[in-house]
Amino acid sequence: MHYVIVGNSAAAIGAVEGIRSVDPNGRITLFSDEPYHTYSRPLISYYLFGKVTEDKMYYRPLDFYERQGVEARLGTKVSSLMLGEKMVVLESGESVSYDRLILATGGKPILPPMPGRELEGVSSFLKWEDVRGLEKTLFPGARTVVIGAGLIGLKAAEALVKRGAQVTVVELANRVLSAILDESAAAMVQESLEEHGVRFFLENTVSEILGTEGKVSGVRLQDGTVRECDRVVIAIGVSPNADLARNTELTLNRGVLVDEFMQTSVAGIYAAGDVAEGYDILYRQKRVLPILPNAYKQGFTAGVNVAGGSQSYRGGFAMNSIGFFDLPMITAGIVKPEGDEFTVMLAADKARRLYKKIVLREGKIVGFIALNQIDRAGILTGLMDKEVDVTPFQDDLLREDFGYVYFPKEYRQQQLLKGVLEGERS
Amino acid sequence: MKRVYAREEICGGCKLCEVHCAVAHSQYPNDIIKAFLKQKTKPIARILVEEGRPISFALQCRHCEDAPCTKACITGAMQKDPVTGIVANDETRCVGCWTCILVCPFGAIKRDESGHKVASKCDLCATVGGTPVCVQNCPNDALVFTDELWRR
Amino acid sequence: MTISMSTPDFLIERDRDRCIKCQVCVRQCANEAHFWDEEEQKVKANDALCVDCHRCVTYCPTHALTIRKYPLEFRENANWTASTIKAIYRQAETGGILLTGMGNDRPYPIFWDHLLLNASQVTNPSIDPLREPMELKTFLGRKPDQLKVEDGRLVEEIPPQLELEVPIMFSAMSYGSISLNAIKSLAAAAERVGIMYNTGEGGLHKDLYKYGKNTIVQVASGRFGVHPEYLQAGAAIEIKIGQGAKPGIGGHLPGEKVGLEVSQTRMIPEGTDAISPAPHHDIYSIEDLSQLIYSLKEATQYQKPVSVKIAAVHNIAAIASGIARAGADIIAIDGFRGGTGAAPLRTRDNVGIPIELALAAVDSRLREEGIRNQVSLVVGGSIRNSADVVKAIALGADAVYIATAALISLGCHLCQKCNTGKCNWGIATQNPQLVKRLNPEIGAERAANLIMAWEHEIKELLGGMGINAVESLRGNRLMLRGVGLSDRELNILGVLPAGE
Repeated sequence: MHYVIVGNSAAAIGAVEGIRSVDPNGRITLFSDEPYHTYSRPLISYYLFGKVTEDKMYYRPLDFYERQGVEARLGTKVSSLMLGEKMVVLESGESVSYDRLILATGGKPILPPMPGRELEGVSSFLKWEDVRGLEKTLFPGARTVVIGAGLIGLKAAEALVKRGAQVTVVELANRVLSAILDESAAAMVQESLEEHGVRFFLENTVSEILGTEGKVSGVRLQDGTVRECDRVVIAIGVSPNADLARNTELTLNRGVLVDEFMQTSVAGIYAAGDVAEGYDILYRQKRVLPILPNAYKQGFTAGVNVAGGSQSYRGGFAMNSIGFFDLPMITAGIVKPEGDEFTVMLAADKARRLYKKIVLREGKIVGFIALNQIDRAGILTGLMDKEVDVTPFQDDLLREDFGYVYFPKEYRQQQLLKGVLEGERS
Repeated sequence: MKRVYAREEICGGCKLCEVHCAVAHSQYPNDIIKAFLKQKTKPIARILVEEGRPISFALQCRHCEDAPCTKACITGAMQKDPVTGIVANDETRCVGCWTCILVCPFGAIKRDESGHKVASKCDLCATVGGTPVCVQNCPNDALVFTDELWRR
Repeated sequence: MTISMSTPDFLIERDRDRCIKCQVCVRQCANEAHFWDEEEQKVKANDALCVDCHRCVTYCPTHALTIRKYPLEFRENANWTASTIKAIYRQAETGGILLTGMGNDRPYPIFWDHLLLNASQVTNPSIDPLREPMELKTFLGRKPDQLKVEDGRLVEEIPPQLELEVPIMFSAMSYGSISLNAIKSLAAAAERVGIMYNTGEGGLHKDLYKYGKNTIVQVASGRFGVHPEYLQAGAAIEIKIGQGAKPGIGGHLPGEKVGLEVSQTRMIPEGTDAISPAPHHDIYSIEDLSQLIYSLKEATQYQKPVSVKIAAVHNIAAIASGIARAGADIIAIDGFRGGTGAAPLRTRDNVGIPIELALAAVDSRLREEGIRNQVSLVVGGSIRNSADVVKAIALGADAVYIATAALISLGCHLCQKCNTGKCNWGIATQNPQLVKRLNPEIGAERAANLIMAWEHEIKELLGGMGINAVESLRGNRLMLRGVGLSDRELNILGVLPAGE
């Protein structure tokens, strides 16, 4: 059995570990267009400001491929698929046949067709390469414009500030982190970032990147304002890197559609991670969930199934743990509900920048925002994941000390004694 | 695998487990007074006593079979040992992104911001060996270290 | 409000070099004597609230705490002592009866400590209990006047007996006055070592029926929790007339201690006061008592011995004689040092007589009347150690009751605040937060250990006297000698002075 994995990030590594949990011997070949040993993309902002050194960027130990028996062909781009022949075609023209294929090609930055995009000093913020470039040329006081106030844009902004840059963020929406925060929470986060020197232009965007002699010199905003700058980081968003699947039999929506086993519309071909479009248990529809935990789990599931095991991953939901300077936040699911079927519970303390919002639907938690007080937020995520009816302890959810003590005794013991209760049965 | 289980019906909520856990994981694992009074930052317990009168019980990492934290960890620092089953965090690699806190359904991972931010969690006293200190020091036998159901 | 003249009884000393601010003391003190000062980030204490129960001292992981007697002194006065003066301040403030818990703590003479045991030397051999058999088994109950033997076989019908492996029992403590976990501890310990525990007037909680063969079920003036299954559940029935800590006084369990389970067990509404009248309203004579004894025997098909418990009072010998003649199988006498969950201070400290004298007087009287075989004598009221047990048996007891010692084995520190319901050791409380502090598994082990330890010691003492069965010690006052006692006291005790 020859498994071919395209990609080298969380989903691909999950796939390797999934395969090996079932099939210790099958041949695995992994292709990555990047030349690096598997590294963690979320760490690039930490790398930029120096918290993480090169040797700590790696997602798995350096002997990972060897120990897992993986032939890793790094710096080798797969340019197309020949599904009929069960082959992948490399950029060099070489073709490699497979028995089973896992697509874990991740996401790619959305780059709007704005003039000046090709100027020196313009970059995106997704891959290690993006910050390796920045790191070399960034000088203290460098005026930097970040386009996009999403997770990536703000993480970039934070790292740049920590490196001594002057940062301006331009965002089309009316608030920062519009995908994961509501207005009130966003205002607190924005305020905190402003205290650290970040400037924001909301409900605005860059219409043109200006340059002189091929180098960035400024940006022109939608409203006509011109701001001088030395660098531009484009962080508008990420879309599934599904180029390989285009013009094949694979069914595509935004991403490559997969079932609960991570199999695509073509038998024997699986997809996982940011390129895949699996089921969102909260939105109750197929959705791309470009977050690392989801990527790993999908990858692992794909790996198990591709190797002949049987594991289903019924779906996930959006969730993020992120922080800027000293303001951590954890969010999950539907945070800005619209419709009568939702109930919202709220506790806020503006002065201490505490914010907790819990969204319920049919007695179950379907989303929450926790700002600053993030400890034990995973309990809420767990209740969402297990779709537990929280009605019996709904009034306690917002307590600062919310925990298992508020659960009904039977449910609590069932969870906490899991190890021995299961042991008892066997 | 052997895990630590709490017996809420006889937990007195004294939190001595927290005290001894903090000491065992401090710079002075054998000197409780120095651990608290000499160490620059307050030692952090990896066990947490939940209280809701009259119930109380200690809770720490359950070392899940299918540990979500190991899957969500963005650095690869959080791993489950395939032999011992212990879920441990390599604090030299952890960057304190708190994704593990996001996914831990037991709320058993704490933030340690005393040095460079790292996730702090129960390691079943693996470095010490033997019975975890929380169990050893529970004055009412309300914590048991076992892999089978005790008489209840 | 005018100023209170009450001053603290105890001083909490905290060694700041040892305090790690873990606040275990704060969490452990139900009296809230320790508290956390958030502003100063320090653990502090309010001495006035301390009852000296040592919970914090025992739990402090760095041994940073000491409790001392509060150093404030009144002008020296042999007559008006500090406790007398402070009691008056309290009563001047409250206008109420002073309440207390546990037994009489006044410095009355302790006759056990004036009695010394004999040992064998030269003329009769002592026995090593580790090498030779030593019998402590004891049967409580009416013994026949004579034994009829036909064809070499005993044909005499033997009345029902309580069988004890060791002549010690846990005396009556009700569910309500002590916690369910405390009772579970004692019940399980009794089962383990082959003795009895006693329900007191608290009824029998559903979890305790399994300990029936080690249970004495009590019937007292309030009749709480008494029903046919209850009477059948135990190995014996005890009618409680009086209690050493408060002879002549009834009981009062305040409504706040009557939670759901106490109310179900006692068969009274939740939250209502459980008041045991001072007398049984159906007993005004020995004849009335006899009726109750036989009613209970009738109800249990004459299968269970019936005990009558009385407090040791002035005319004890005559009362005991009457009880024996009324048909009791066992008479339990509680001396004036016996403990209680709550009693008026003045009653506790001033009413009743020492158990040693009461026991000697009763045993002598029953012998004189030739009815000693009709009843077993069980004595309690501050049996503190195995030597007290041996001396009691030598004075004429069949077995002893212990309660204070049993509670001490569970962790009681004799702070005498049982009546407050705030027992930090989880014993004399119904507060679920405090009750769970007493793990009944640990409690059972400790209480059983105590009995086993005393059993070993009793065997050692018996062996020293050259006696190999506790039967041979019973009423054997020649094994006792008195020291520092008056002729009259020696006479009542029926023992010779040391040297004679």
